[in-house]
Amino acid sequence: MSGGAKLLVRVAEVVVVNELIKRFRFVSRDGGPLPAFSGGAHTVVEMDDNGTRRLNPYSLMSSPQDVSGYEISVRRDDAGRGGSLFMHNHVKVGMEMVLSYPVNLFALDNRAKKHVMIAGGIGITPFLAQMAQLHHFGGKFELHYSARSRSLGAYMDRLAERYDSKVHFYFDEEKQAIDLSRILSMQPLGTHLYVCGPKGMINWVLSTASKMGWPEKALHHEEFLAPGTGKPFDVKLATSNKTITVGTAQSLLEAMEAAGVDAPYMCRGGACGQCETNVISCDGNILHRDHWLTEEEHAAGLKIMPCVSRFEGKSITIER
Amino acid sequence: MGIVFKPGEFRDYFRSETFRNDFTYRNSPEGIRRFPFPFDRDDYMYSVNMEPHVPGRKGSVFEHTFDVDEHYVSEMIDRAKVLAEDPLRCQSLPHMTLAGWDLLELIMESKAKEYPHWFSLTKDGDKWHWINRPLGIDQHFTFLDESTLPYGPFEYITRQTQGDFSLQDERDNDLWMDAGMITSQADWSLDFDIGMSFMEWHAPVPLAHEKGIFDRALKFLLKLQHGAPVRRFNWTMTVNPLLDTSPENYPKWGTMKTSLTPENLGDKMHLRVELQGLFRLPRSNAIAFSIRCYLGKFEELVTIPKWGRRLHRVVRDVHPDVAAYKGFLRNRDAMTAWLSTYDDGKPTSPGWWPED
Repeated sequence: MSGGAKLLVRVAEVVVVNELIKRFRFVSRDGGPLPAFSGGAHTVVEMDDNGTRRLNPYSLMSSPQDVSGYEISVRRDDAGRGGSLFMHNHVKVGMEMVLSYPVNLFALDNRAKKHVMIAGGIGITPFLAQMAQLHHFGGKFELHYSARSRSLGAYMDRLAERYDSKVHFYFDEEKQAIDLSRILSMQPLGTHLYVCGPKGMINWVLSTASKMGWPEKALHHEEFLAPGTGKPFDVKLATSNKTITVGTAQSLLEAMEAAGVDAPYMCRGGACGQCETNVISCDGNILHRDHWLTEEEHAAGLKIMPCVSRFEGKSITIER
Repeated sequence: MGIVFKPGEFRDYFRSETFRNDFTYRNSPEGIRRFPFPFDRDDYMYSVNMEPHVPGRKGSVFEHTFDVDEHYVSEMIDRAKVLAEDPLRCQSLPHMTLAGWDLLELIMESKAKEYPHWFSLTKDGDKWHWINRPLGIDQHFTFLDESTLPYGPFEYITRQTQGDFSLQDERDNDLWMDAGMITSQADWSLDFDIGMSFMEWHAPVPLAHEKGIFDRALKFLLKLQHGAPVRRFNWTMTVNPLLDTSPENYPKWGTMKTSLTPENLGDKMHLRVELQGLFRLPRSNAIAFSIRCYLGKFEELVTIPKWGRRLHRVVRDVHPDVAAYKGFLRNRDAMTAWLSTYDDGKPTSPGWWPED
């Protein structure tokens, strides 16, 4: 199967966390334990949105020590393609859903002497699981977590209670900013740095650390891209001998799936590389939106990541 | 305490045999028929040749997640001897302890489910109770608490599981061999390779690099998902049924390659097949690599006419660099001559199964 092994689950709990975020707990339909996972892992949630199949990746935020259920937090994106709205508006306790096995593209480096985590907004979720893992095994960490306001600072209360002085909070509304250079200047040798949040924050953290001489291999980030919308376009699938139209709010991967083509995928967010596909011919521009292919590969135009990237122009044929 | 079982209780199934000195190892007729003959065609070249590790034909070595066969008890006794002489055959770097627990959990759960007459695992939260009847082990311990086991979790479980194991940490878009239990290896050393990256430990393999095989294999493995293990074959040739053909002990076994005669070749020459499994581990995100060694005497294998014909053709035609790397170039002509008696030139059916 293109997306790997699947988990049949039931929604056990839906909790309103704040005005933008809802938390969902899934348990196995057969009542047994779910597979264990590692902090930083995500699952792909399959949704049947009135006949439209949506598959969105969400970080697992529950403790990796707890295999009785998985928890995710979903931030509502009113301008998005509809996955988060479906989760917020239609997913109720008792509903049966399908999840992918957990996949980790944002793992802790277990050799690190210390882990420094920088979170922005909903980017807190993978760190919740990582901190639970480190806490269980006695790993050293500190978290710097910024949110727009106190009311949007999800899970800050429970973090403060559990981890006390290891966690630090910042609020944009109160003009508080993470003093990154100071924090980075105080870390012991062998510290690894992790960042998850908006793109601007990731770039700021990585470039600041780089400029301060942090080794590249000690820097980790995770950014899932929503596939994004765009103008419709046609794609010729050489192997399947089909021509399909990709709709405005649809990704190329979704359009292939809707046409019955079994295309490989894993993260569906431009990060893992699983759906990489060769471009056979292209008369126009590929709108590369992934962060899997290198800049050179983007420029060469011989490969495309159908989960997030689009096309503009006369015609494109891909090997699928 | 549960009932304590003694080794030998299952002597009607588990053979008592040696992989050293008098070399009493052999396969029963049933053991020969289930031998994982690795050649699905009449020639051989390196390939990635990976397939999903899903339950295969009943009675075959693919039926279970970890095959337990008639050699189990004797192989574990041989492993204990190797470790007593050279403790560095089992190493686990400090950050790999969690991966060791992952492997322990995977093996205990699989064996208890698939071989309930031999193994049992009961859990009360993190208080676990493990019974291994063939080896006479009855162990209560706390999951994820090393102090409750006589060895680290990785060593504990691999002392009870046939086949070598290595654990690969995933970092920086690469795999690092950061733990291993390697006592039945085809001439490579854990003590030498530990800490190496995927390309570093594969560097000595001829021809495959030029074909880009390791680039593709690494890319494939980095995407290996929990719940979707894969397997592949590898093979070599070994004179005498030695599990431990390590570089450390080369002076002991290397010279055995010169002991072949046309008369003893069928008994002494073994096709050594590795059934390799790759498992993504859930708690550590590491990858476990199992290298299960099966030894088949030439005189056992040729009792299956298809295998006799095919083995002759493969040995005769294999690229000399491959024969040299696998360490049988010096004996290749003698092996070909011996095998030629079992090749009447008839066509062979595709696939490796004996009866097809």
